[in-house]
Amino acid sequence: MVQISKWKVILVLAICGLGVLLASPNLVAPEKVGSIPSWLPNKQMSLGLDLRGGAHLLIEAKVDEALKEGLQSLQQGVRSALRRSPAIGYRSLGLIRNGISVTVRDEKDREEARQRLREIGDQMVLERDENRFTLKFTEDQLRDRRSNILEQAITILRLRIDPDSVKETSIQRQGTDRILLQVPGADPERLKRLIGQTAKMSFHLVDPEISTLDPRRRVRPGTMVLKSRDEADGSGQPLYYLVKKRIEVSGENLVDSQATVEQGRPVVSFRFDPVGARRFGNTTRRNVDKPFAIVLDKEVISAPVIREPILGGSGIISGNFTTEGARDLALLLRSGALPVPLTIIEERSVGPSLGADSIAAGKTASIFGLIAVAIFMLMAYGGFGAMAIVALAINLILIAAALSLLQATLTLPGIAGIVLTIGMAVDANVLVFERIREEQRAGRTPISAVDAGYSRALTTIIDANLTTFIAALLLYMFGSGPVKGFAVTLAIGLCTSMFTALMVTRIMVVTWLRKRRPKRLPL
Amino acid sequence: MKLINLIPVGTKINFLSLRKIAILASLVLCVASFGLLVTKGLNFGIDFRGGIMLEIRTAQTADLSSIRSNLGSLGLGEIELQRFGKDTDVLIRIESQPGGASGQKIAVDKVKKILGPAVDYRRTEFVGPKVSGELIEAGVTAVVLALFAMLMYIWFRFEWQFGVGAVAALGHDVFLTIGVFSLLGLEFNLSTIAAILTIAGYSINDTVVVYDRVRENLRKYKVRPLEDVLNMSLNDTLSRTLLTSITTLIALLILYFFGGEVIKDFSFAMIWGVLVGTYSSIYVATPLLAHMNLRASAVALPEDDDNETVRP
Repeated sequence: MVQISKWKVILVLAICGLGVLLASPNLVAPEKVGSIPSWLPNKQMSLGLDLRGGAHLLIEAKVDEALKEGLQSLQQGVRSALRRSPAIGYRSLGLIRNGISVTVRDEKDREEARQRLREIGDQMVLERDENRFTLKFTEDQLRDRRSNILEQAITILRLRIDPDSVKETSIQRQGTDRILLQVPGADPERLKRLIGQTAKMSFHLVDPEISTLDPRRRVRPGTMVLKSRDEADGSGQPLYYLVKKRIEVSGENLVDSQATVEQGRPVVSFRFDPVGARRFGNTTRRNVDKPFAIVLDKEVISAPVIREPILGGSGIISGNFTTEGARDLALLLRSGALPVPLTIIEERSVGPSLGADSIAAGKTASIFGLIAVAIFMLMAYGGFGAMAIVALAINLILIAAALSLLQATLTLPGIAGIVLTIGMAVDANVLVFERIREEQRAGRTPISAVDAGYSRALTTIIDANLTTFIAALLLYMFGSGPVKGFAVTLAIGLCTSMFTALMVTRIMVVTWLRKRRPKRLPL
Repeated sequence: MKLINLIPVGTKINFLSLRKIAILASLVLCVASFGLLVTKGLNFGIDFRGGIMLEIRTAQTADLSSIRSNLGSLGLGEIELQRFGKDTDVLIRIESQPGGASGQKIAVDKVKKILGPAVDYRRTEFVGPKVSGELIEAGVTAVVLALFAMLMYIWFRFEWQFGVGAVAALGHDVFLTIGVFSLLGLEFNLSTIAAILTIAGYSINDTVVVYDRVRENLRKYKVRPLEDVLNMSLNDTLSRTLLTSITTLIALLILYFFGGEVIKDFSFAMIWGVLVGTYSSIYVATPLLAHMNLRASAVALPEDDDNETVRP
């Protein structure tokens, strides 16, 4: 069996050639990849955020809160529907997990109540038990609603973080209430500011009587006390405003918002849609010379006095902004309010300097590792060792090719996986060489020893590699982020090292055997 | 061509004569590891404990005591500082802050404010309590499943005695690795789990190679005493075991010294694991076979000559 069929040799050579071709774009500087003709492979290994720097944020959306808010407004709707004249007497109107329940006082109102409830929740399930009605979403509807809320949050996040889609931002859904955000080269603090705000904006009238007050004081119905975002009094205590609860115009009616400069100070301009413009016009016309408050997430951004009616539907917010603050506020208003508050539950951000250091360290370790293992193999096996080294080099090229082709992310632990593969990849060769050596000692001729060596080592190699492969697979399934990268390179390395040891070195050994026909193998 | 013979060939070492001492020593070490685990515990990183970690680089040599007193004044609870590779690099660990995610953000902001703008923040990590709980769960699941899957594989490919021996060796390696992390107070985090799983893979790999040979020799030499067969198999595979361990160790040592500070602990765990794994496949996995009724089931296998075995 020292004969290897021609097509096998061609196939192996083709795979190696393809590997070189696929790995070659990695030799080009990243910024020049675009200049590779499209008919050539042009994918580079994609580096993980721990190598190129960037922010990795796991975000939790309080979807349940948003759902509950929805149910509360449903409850509100039911209340007013039942109170509508002729009013229906009811009691214990409350929320249940997936809807509301209400009990009608009088049996004769049942039919009327059923109709009114039906109108409100026409897609929902309406059930009755004696006088008690439940109006609820089906599990499917609930799942859809959750999913919609999360999708909407993702859309808005994308608008905030990567409005021009230039960065390679990755925003992924994870499970039912999580979002994984990965932004290369980002300033994590700004990112967190942009994510952390719901950006619910509204315009309110200010109760003109008092503008500084004690937040704990009781206020009259229909008003609320809100903190000022930037303003403070002389002693550094934040300023509070007494604001009317009624929303004059809501941020939903905003169509555009930009950061500009007015009288040398950064400001934020905004523009309403027609509905908003009309409402804003009415409010400002009726309240000239009175202050009104621009409220963002329950904080007053600014509370200017209306000098004249604003009828054009656009205006300017001149708070206490820095240039960056104005830019971010405009961005937040432009992209809209999040349907649900977001909390960051895991962060892993790497600055560019550490990423660069890690790449450099990874390169050094790979090169030194390769050289050291090569020297050792030469010392241990001589010419056969040299063949193993060639196989090892091809192995590395194939790993790079596979990573580029699969667009798997290379992380720092991933590099560790590669270096480890350098050490372990020679194992398959060692197994074969040791076996050949042994068979030769047992008195076989070189050709028969090589033959027996390969066929006998095969099962051992497969057994040994499969067990490590199991470990890699589980690491991939349960690991997160960088650890996944380690599992990927480890698994790829196992496959390529088996290929190179069993096919590539074998062709080299057999070719050498046939040319030289040695009496004894130098092992 | 005369090669330098690095690894002795054709050895006839009686490994099994040492098996009582070796198994006793392994048992003692495992018990010691367990004792350490109970009394000293593990130095969990933020992955499993929750909290904040910052890696900073200062312009000049970092003055740990002034950083410590600066940060201490913030009232953020327990703060650990550690020089990280270079004189200018410091690793700061802060315990999980109350107040959920915004609490963590406020803490990070405070730290950045007090350390001033001249500091380069090379790494910021924060793991919330919910996530750290999940990471612990995922880590434990992965390790347990891996051990189980490997046991099943060995069982499927060999007889059950091999499965028991392999998993005993595996458990031994995992235990001693955790023990050394406890002893040295090294940070136990996600990459440690990755290291442990890789060690498990490596250790099984090593054991399987010896076992393959044991199985082969059992069929070849049916009348020899089991102990002799085991010894012979160990000697047959010794040069491969050592060679592979050496190349892997070379790669790992280089990773340890040149691979950067971030994966130093990972490399250390792997180095230790390879040493322990090599030892255990020779002195734990194989000698254990001598104590199980291996012959009976091996002889029951289909007859074959000394050439290739028919395998499923």
